[in-house]
Amino acid sequence: MLALLHTILLHRSTGKFHYKKEGTYSIGTVGTLDIDCDFIDFTFVRVSSEELDRVIRKAVSEFKDALSNSGSDGMGQISLEFYQKKKSRWPFSDECIPWEVWSIKVNVVNLANEQERQICREKVGEKLGEKVINVVEVINRHEYLPKMPTQSEVDNVFDTSLKDVQPYLYKITYQITDSLGTSVSTTMRRLIKDTLAL
Amino acid sequence: MDSDLSPQDKKDLDKFIKFFALKTVQVIVQARLGEKICTRSSSSPTGSDWFNLAIKDIPEVTHEAKKALAGQLPGIGRSMCVEISLKTSEGDSMELETWCLEMNEKCDKDIKVSYTVYNRLSVLLKSLLAITRVTPAYKLSRKQGHDYVILYRIYFGEVQLSGLGEGFQTVRVGVVGTPVGTVTLSCAYRTNLAFMSNRQFERSAPIMGIIVDHFVDPPCSSQRPTHMGQPCNYRAPDEEDGGTFAGVQDSQEVCTTSFSTSPPSQVFNLSSKNDKHQQFLTVSTLDDLEFSPFVYALGLPLQVLHAGKEGGVVLVPAQPPHGADAHLTVEHAPNTPSSSGDDDGLSQSAEGRRDEGRRSVSPSDPVESLSAFTRKVGAFVNKPSTQITAASLDLPFAAFAPRGLDSEENDPMVQPPDSPPCPSPLQASLHSQGSEGSGQQDDFVMVDFRPAFSKDDLLPMDLGTFYREFQNPPQLASLSLHISSQSMADDLDSLPEKLRVYEKNIDEFDAFVDMLQ
Repeated sequence: MLALLHTILLHRSTGKFHYKKEGTYSIGTVGTLDIDCDFIDFTFVRVSSEELDRVIRKAVSEFKDALSNSGSDGMGQISLEFYQKKKSRWPFSDECIPWEVWSIKVNVVNLANEQERQICREKVGEKLGEKVINVVEVINRHEYLPKMPTQSEVDNVFDTSLKDVQPYLYKITYQITDSLGTSVSTTMRRLIKDTLAL
Repeated sequence: MDSDLSPQDKKDLDKFIKFFALKTVQVIVQARLGEKICTRSSSSPTGSDWFNLAIKDIPEVTHEAKKALAGQLPGIGRSMCVEISLKTSEGDSMELETWCLEMNEKCDKDIKVSYTVYNRLSVLLKSLLAITRVTPAYKLSRKQGHDYVILYRIYFGEVQLSGLGEGFQTVRVGVVGTPVGTVTLSCAYRTNLAFMSNRQFERSAPIMGIIVDHFVDPPCSSQRPTHMGQPCNYRAPDEEDGGTFAGVQDSQEVCTTSFSTSPPSQVFNLSSKNDKHQQFLTVSTLDDLEFSPFVYALGLPLQVLHAGKEGGVVLVPAQPPHGADAHLTVEHAPNTPSSSGDDDGLSQSAEGRRDEGRRSVSPSDPVESLSAFTRKVGAFVNKPSTQITAASLDLPFAAFAPRGLDSEENDPMVQPPDSPPCPSPLQASLHSQGSEGSGQQDDFVMVDFRPAFSKDDLLPMDLGTFYREFQNPPQLASLSLHISSQSMADDLDSLPEKLRVYEKNIDEFDAFVDMLQ
């Protein structure tokens, strides 16, 4: 999980912007860190920023707790959404317009014994590798990126709360469905919410 | 084509491509060094942080890359390739991957050089960072060192993929369109590692069970013919270990530090590595892992091992039949915490006997020496020297002291079972074990086990009888029913009386309770 999210964020982060007076800016640098996964034989690269790491870890552990609370054979989906804020006039609050959404679907699998676990681990490792390649492929299509903002607008595009790196504005959400397929209720809920929001 | 591009843009573009190529090579080589890369983010950029990424520049790599480029840039028909290969310590080599930076004719005229191209190249570098960890060669390179090393080679011109075997796979890292062409970065990697696996099997056997020393420097030779490629395990510039492969050195190390699979003859090498072994043994005295392979190698009976482990004493498991090991044990004995006795005396005599032991013992046959071992189970080894006896050192497991030696008849602890009762049951059990072990001539198998609580002079019986007899003890008097019912009635009758007494003396009781608190 962390591997994929970090890979995506790595690509979508840039160095911290420093604005100078004349309307130009200089960009700081992004350092990288190799991280080995604990249970899977896989290594990924992430941005070397502790704060960003903390934020991501928190989100992922919440997702993990929700998944484990939901029952043994749960399915879940975690989404990483990059959005842009658009200031609207009063009385409406700022709108968040996503321009890229990554969804990762996760299935919880119960394994009976150590051998199965080992096999699963290897498979997951390979899969992760493939997914990283997929992510990279998509990103390299260069389809859309918000244009570089001026100083006043930087908060609408980038997340400037972190000290050392500046990723695009992002949001992590997740939803859990358990195997009974109560997604019907969630769909209904979503429909109602959407109509109200309009 | 070029006329559409302003000179400034053209210059910038060339610069970007050149540095991109250099940085690409750095990333690839660093990813194959076998270490985890860690760089810091900084909010204030320095001049060398191209593409907003903190990628360190290894000077040797830059030098090689510049040499290969020879002033040219990757262009149409001129690709820059980095070839990663593996070389075993036996001299076999195999190509693992080829990374290609190519340019084709598809131009993207509308793109802004200084901004969009730059950012896209930056994204491409990040992708490269991610992909280099995903290919199979990454895992191989993380494990390099003892058996094999990873080498790289940079060349310019046509891409050569023939060395990758059949069925190789290609991964495209990304493309960036520029006004003069499209830059493509891809990797072709070998999937058929069959050659590798055979070699690994051959190599893995001798080092099985070894504590792998990760801090051995991998070979880093600067004198290498260029067609062989450069080693990827680059450390600081001043550490150039020329010459021998770590593999060869390690095999030496392997022999000497290995207890597991080495045949007895190799054990003689132990004496040459004194400190290491002392260290090794003292740290891991109680560790079953260390000793059990050794034990298996010599075929020692496990019961002896257990006894040794209880007290943590040295003596039993480390007891070697060979001279060289004898000296090892002897050295180790002073380190035992349980030897409360005459340590100085012991160590001195041990030293004195070390050479003696080594020379005088003839450990020809493992079986023979096994019997010698069991007879003299325990400390101070082979030679029937009268100076040191375990008993005189007041060791708790003195029972293991050599017996059957004439000089020790007067030693009470060493006597056969008719001795006065031993202070602790544990000791008695070991004592009896040892005695039994020694009672037999050349056969250590027979065990006439005596239970801990049965002493010879009091109740001469064997375990089975003892057990049976004491399995059904008579009931306790206070627990038998007919008595209990009577006592119950009595109790009830006497209750009111007792209560009266207590109430009278209530003050006393309160004072008592306060005192307790």
